Amino acid sequence: MNAVNSKYSRKDTGWRLFLKTIIARAYPRVIGQQRELSWVLFEVVMPMLAVCSYVFVYRALKAPEEYIGFVVMGGAMTAFWMNVLWSMSSQLYWEKETGNLALYIMAPNSMMAILLGMALGGMVATAMRAVAVTVFGTLMFAVKFEVTSYLQLFAVFMLAMIALYGLGMMMASAFLLFGREAWHMANLAQEPIFLASGFYFPIKSLPFWVAAGASIIPLTLGMDAMRQLVFPSGFRLGFLDVRTEIMILAVLAVVFVAVSKFLLAYVEKLAVREGRITESRR
Amino acid sequence: MSTHAIETQNLGRIYKLRGSKKETRKELVALQDVNLTVERGELFGLLGPNGAGKTTLIKILTTLLSPTSGWARVAGADIHREPDLVRPRINMVSGGESSGYGLLTVRENLWMFSQFYGVPSKEANEHIEALLAMVGMKDRMHTKSSDLSTGLRQKMNIVRGFLTDPQVLFLDEPTLGLDVGASRDVRKFIIEWLKADKERTLLLTTHYMVEADELCDRVAIINKGRVLACDTPSALKQRLQKDVRFEIETSPLNGLTPLILQEQAEVRNVALTEIEGGARLDIGLVEESALARVINLFTQKNIKIMKINKREPTLEDVFVDLVGRSMAEEESNERSE
Repeated sequence: MNAVNSKYSRKDTGWRLFLKTIIARAYPRVIGQQRELSWVLFEVVMPMLAVCSYVFVYRALKAPEEYIGFVVMGGAMTAFWMNVLWSMSSQLYWEKETGNLALYIMAPNSMMAILLGMALGGMVATAMRAVAVTVFGTLMFAVKFEVTSYLQLFAVFMLAMIALYGLGMMMASAFLLFGREAWHMANLAQEPIFLASGFYFPIKSLPFWVAAGASIIPLTLGMDAMRQLVFPSGFRLGFLDVRTEIMILAVLAVVFVAVSKFLLAYVEKLAVREGRITESRR
Repeated sequence: MSTHAIETQNLGRIYKLRGSKKETRKELVALQDVNLTVERGELFGLLGPNGAGKTTLIKILTTLLSPTSGWARVAGADIHREPDLVRPRINMVSGGESSGYGLLTVRENLWMFSQFYGVPSKEANEHIEALLAMVGMKDRMHTKSSDLSTGLRQKMNIVRGFLTDPQVLFLDEPTLGLDVGASRDVRKFIIEWLKADKERTLLLTTHYMVEADELCDRVAIINKGRVLACDTPSALKQRLQKDVRFEIETSPLNGLTPLILQEQAEVRNVALTEIEGGARLDIGLVEESALARVINLFTQKNIKIMKINKREPTLEDVFVDLVGRSMAEEESNERSE
């Protein structure tokens, strides 16, 4: 192909362009992020330290052995929460700072496809970290799994992921709108959510209304349902019935994705009207 | 179909500046009554100092910012009402931008941006290779973009702009930060790209006069949001042909100001630059004999002349003639305001 005389056979539009955009924007996360091997330390070794400390505490207290499995699962799911809170939510803000946001808005693709690509890429990349934590934790602490329904387990995991990344997409637009203030809010929310969502213990241990309030974070019900489905005595320690949790997760997934679409359209409109959202500080 | 690639009518943009809650919101007029037409196949330059409104105009034309008055059409569609028709037909590159992802290679970054325009992957990769070869970066195709120098990164950005084969390409200070050799390569490529297809149009903003003079079919001189003149570089310079221009380097001016020179020595216009140990004056005279009065005035003020050169008018002189100050003076004046 000649550099100056190029004519493409076609340029995709519509849903083909939408899909291409999702794949292209997922690419830096799926491929690029693996090139920084520091992720093994920060996203596998570090969460494993937290997992180890909880396991030792539970063993010292002679807690039921299922709790060890709960902690390993919590450690694995932490990777998704951290990815959504820090990488997904702040991503549009960083895209603005580097000048990418203006290029995304100016291109003929949909901004929703960009956000979905970010979410898909984040989900795939983080799944590798979560699997690593699960494998290490299982081998180190001899965790036993007994899956009662693979179909339900798959449904719970997928719905929890869609709802969680929908929340992340919503937060991405909010971060862009409120800038540093949103950043502080996320910082403030990190630890309380670790506690309220029951990353390292069954949320049934919390007062009902606290656990119900924490259920707005999709991982709360997602983890609770998965624990019920993969550990023999999980049902005994579950917060709500698995079917109810699946339904709530489905509602959360629809609401978060729909709100993120609305928020993104609003932010894009505001960006063009006021001109300040695409301004980077270079 | 209209032959205009770009058309603007009374285009304006006012920014509302954010102050404290007690203060009333101030307004900044960034662009005012801009009327321009750029023909298909044209290389059109926007020339003006920093803060003149060039980038605001480009942002409006690339659908990134809505105008507060007037209208504009780009590649046959209205930028405000039909942005979805404009966007597939345009692209933009800004000087000093740091777009893309450092962890991706040059090829991967460019491929990613091509996908946002729906370009078939295989063709995109072939074109990336050809374009990188053209700008002398083929050997860097698999280098992570975080490992590139500023100049190479800018070349990658420039390739990104051309990659989608836009009908109208906006280059906002594309050679900013590039060394002389790289700037020359970019200018050469721009000319070849335009020559290859008469339907392609390029709008270039720059504050490098030589770049505008060398590249552009027509140039609009813009300052404080207004277009002051718009014509071919030679026609713009023609306006000053009746002037005789001298560049004079002197010892410190001892209180002699451009205003005194204009009033007492019949200097038509003057641009002053402070240099080490003195000043450089760019002077336009109605006739050559007026130089004697200038030298006389220097003698009276005990100013030594170090160097004196007669020269042809440039676009910088056109700017001085229109604005009354050089572009550098205008920029420092704008900053102090």
